[in-house]
Amino acid sequence: MALLRSTLVRHLVLLALGALALVLLTGSLSTFHNYELAGLGAYVCTAAGLTVLTGLNGQISLGHAALMAIGGYTVALLQIRFSDRAITGLWVLPLSLLAGAAVTGVAAAVVGVAAARLRGPYLAGVTLALGVALPALTSRFTSVFKGDQGLSVPFDPPPASLGANFAVERWQAWISLGAALIVLFFLANLNRSAIGRHFRAVRDDEVAAQLSGLSVPRVQILAFTVSGVAAGLGGGVFAVSLQTASPGSFDLTLSLALLSAVVIGGLGSLAGAVWGSIIVVYLGIVLRGFVDDLGLSAASAQKLHDNLPNAAFGLLLVLVMLILPGGIQGLLRRLAGVAPVDRLRRGRPEPFAAAIAQHSSSPPPSGGQQ
Amino acid sequence: MTGTHRRRTRVVAAVTAIALVGLMACGSTKTKSGGNAAGDTSAPGVTKDSILVGTTQPLTGPAAPGYSKISAAMTAYFKYANEQGGVNGRKVTLKVLDDGYNPANTATKTRQLVLQDKVFALLGSLGTPTHTAVLDFIKTNKVPDLFVASGSRSWNQPAKYPTTFGWQPDYTVEGKILGDYVKKTFAGKKVCSFGQGDDFGTDGVQGVEAVLGSTALASKQTYTPTNTNVGPQVAALKSAGCQVVVSFTVPGFTALELGTAAKLGFHPQFVVSNVGSDIVTLTGFLKEATVPLLEGMVSDSYLPIPTDASNSWIKLFQTVNQKYNNNVPFDGNVLYGMSVAYTFLQAVKAAGKTLNRGSLTAAVEKGGFTGPGLTPFRFSASDHSGFAGTQVAVIKGGVATPTGSIFTTDDSNGPLTVYSGSAATAPANGLP
Repeated sequence: MALLRSTLVRHLVLLALGALALVLLTGSLSTFHNYELAGLGAYVCTAAGLTVLTGLNGQISLGHAALMAIGGYTVALLQIRFSDRAITGLWVLPLSLLAGAAVTGVAAAVVGVAAARLRGPYLAGVTLALGVALPALTSRFTSVFKGDQGLSVPFDPPPASLGANFAVERWQAWISLGAALIVLFFLANLNRSAIGRHFRAVRDDEVAAQLSGLSVPRVQILAFTVSGVAAGLGGGVFAVSLQTASPGSFDLTLSLALLSAVVIGGLGSLAGAVWGSIIVVYLGIVLRGFVDDLGLSAASAQKLHDNLPNAAFGLLLVLVMLILPGGIQGLLRRLAGVAPVDRLRRGRPEPFAAAIAQHSSSPPPSGGQQ
Repeated sequence: MTGTHRRRTRVVAAVTAIALVGLMACGSTKTKSGGNAAGDTSAPGVTKDSILVGTTQPLTGPAAPGYSKISAAMTAYFKYANEQGGVNGRKVTLKVLDDGYNPANTATKTRQLVLQDKVFALLGSLGTPTHTAVLDFIKTNKVPDLFVASGSRSWNQPAKYPTTFGWQPDYTVEGKILGDYVKKTFAGKKVCSFGQGDDFGTDGVQGVEAVLGSTALASKQTYTPTNTNVGPQVAALKSAGCQVVVSFTVPGFTALELGTAAKLGFHPQFVVSNVGSDIVTLTGFLKEATVPLLEGMVSDSYLPIPTDASNSWIKLFQTVNQKYNNNVPFDGNVLYGMSVAYTFLQAVKAAGKTLNRGSLTAAVEKGGFTGPGLTPFRFSASDHSGFAGTQVAVIKGGVATPTGSIFTTDDSNGPLTVYSGSAATAPANGLP
């Protein structure tokens, strides 16, 4: 049990368990449900990054779908190049996904520079504008992005060693959920490191953080970058799971669904980002299926299709804020009788000095920075 | 915790992780033989007396006006055919899913049809941007993807997408035939283009340029189906001094283009490709302004004119429309849907009693189908495009009248050839 006291080991064990669950889960579900799981993986990647930004660092973003679009289009453009040159191999797609994440990280850093100067509703406004404007660029430069049609995302079939009948959808679910696990692993470690503490310190009290020698804008830009990398990877695997990158898949609704997911799940909690993504994705699927079964006319079915899930997320959001400010993860913690590891947004912020004292007296965290 | 201890724990953890990744790699090794496109004997969705096919259609969204009638017409025709016993003893059911002309929706809806509803084939799925998004998925699942309702050249790539087939003439062929008419009729005028900002517009403009020359278009404007403001584009066409505007637009955007141009006092000669020129559909937008705005507009058609009551196919389809389609206004969309349904029944009949995915695609590649089309189909093992050509029509007084010869041509630089054959007569019972 001594081993489990090391954060890194504990997270590695969780990562391995997650991978095992992934293999078992995808193997027992139908191909269509694997396709839905692949979509879920993309949500988890992005929501995890968003909960770090919003929950741990206190910056809001209403434009994370646009960051996903940057990742998705980068992957599409690269994969088309690879496919045209008949370059294949198991490394090709991971390379594109990494590039997508990196490019999005850079873009997010730029947004972060602006974000570091803005607070509250102004920040919400800027990120909202990003979410609306960026997908529109695709119809400005149609020769590169092909407008609403978007780009196809060719990728190699699953490796032959997995068997001739290994469904592409299952492979997509592996890619997508695998990426989600990696994102969760890195963010969990980051959360426990000095950087994670900096994020929280800046969120709780900017003046106190500054007095302790932290550069507030630098920390905020870093948080945006980290969040952007996760969103870029999420967008990349989303494009792979849809086999297309089009502006319609990265619209404002997605940004809002992601924000709903992190709040419903429990702001600032990675596990909460997972719960929230599951709720948002599957509640959407269930509600749309419900609408289809009503046998309405196409026009009214379509209106409900678009609006019923959004209305449900909104209602759920209000209820969660009123009844369970810690979200699902907060509820689970309360049920399990565990005190919250991290103070959430409700209530008085944790005094910074006390936090420092508490953290420096605890055993050294992961990574061995000390 | 000492340094060595920590290092050891990390080694243990790394080994565990690698072991688990290894486990992942040998997770599933079920072996069943998967067939290739030609000899694929699988036949999900087929029983001895039924066939389930699926289609994605814009029942809502920017392309819905007009196009939403196509799948209803297909369903109506199948109902009619089923009541007469179907084909080879099998009745056809068409499952229609709405994608709102949004490629992101098409991706999910098509997977729903193929993976969840287990349709035998996709039939007449509509739209260039939408259907392009699912080609790779269709390929990996080896689903016959017949008669895509779009003229993109993407459907005609037998080596890359062996199960996908077009139906209507491709937009490049249309562009060439329209371009040829422009060249002969409006010689010396400044020609421009207005097209959808995707393969639909690009393929069409390419056809026009193949005839007029690659630098002949003075201004090339595009639009996005999700943005209904075409003011800037039409103003650009006006300021470029365009005298002829060749358009590759869906009906809603043809109406926006004509209306916006009229508002700006811009009155060029409009030339609109087939899919954007159905008069009944445009009337839904333009109301009482339809006749004046459409006066003199040039278009083209590969099917008989819907108002041509002397045509045996039109008569047949109008009867079916009355009885099985709530007698909706009979327009190019109803004609289109029923014609596609008829071609599908021919393909199913040709595939024979033992219907499977392989025999269906082989039957289409064998070709030889007849129908209401003005020209024959080009289907073969090396060509998956549909009708070989079209005929230009001019709208006068709110009625389209065919003019000149029926032309066929290829989608590259080949010449236009006059086609003089005539279409088959419709069978009395409507079954192939």
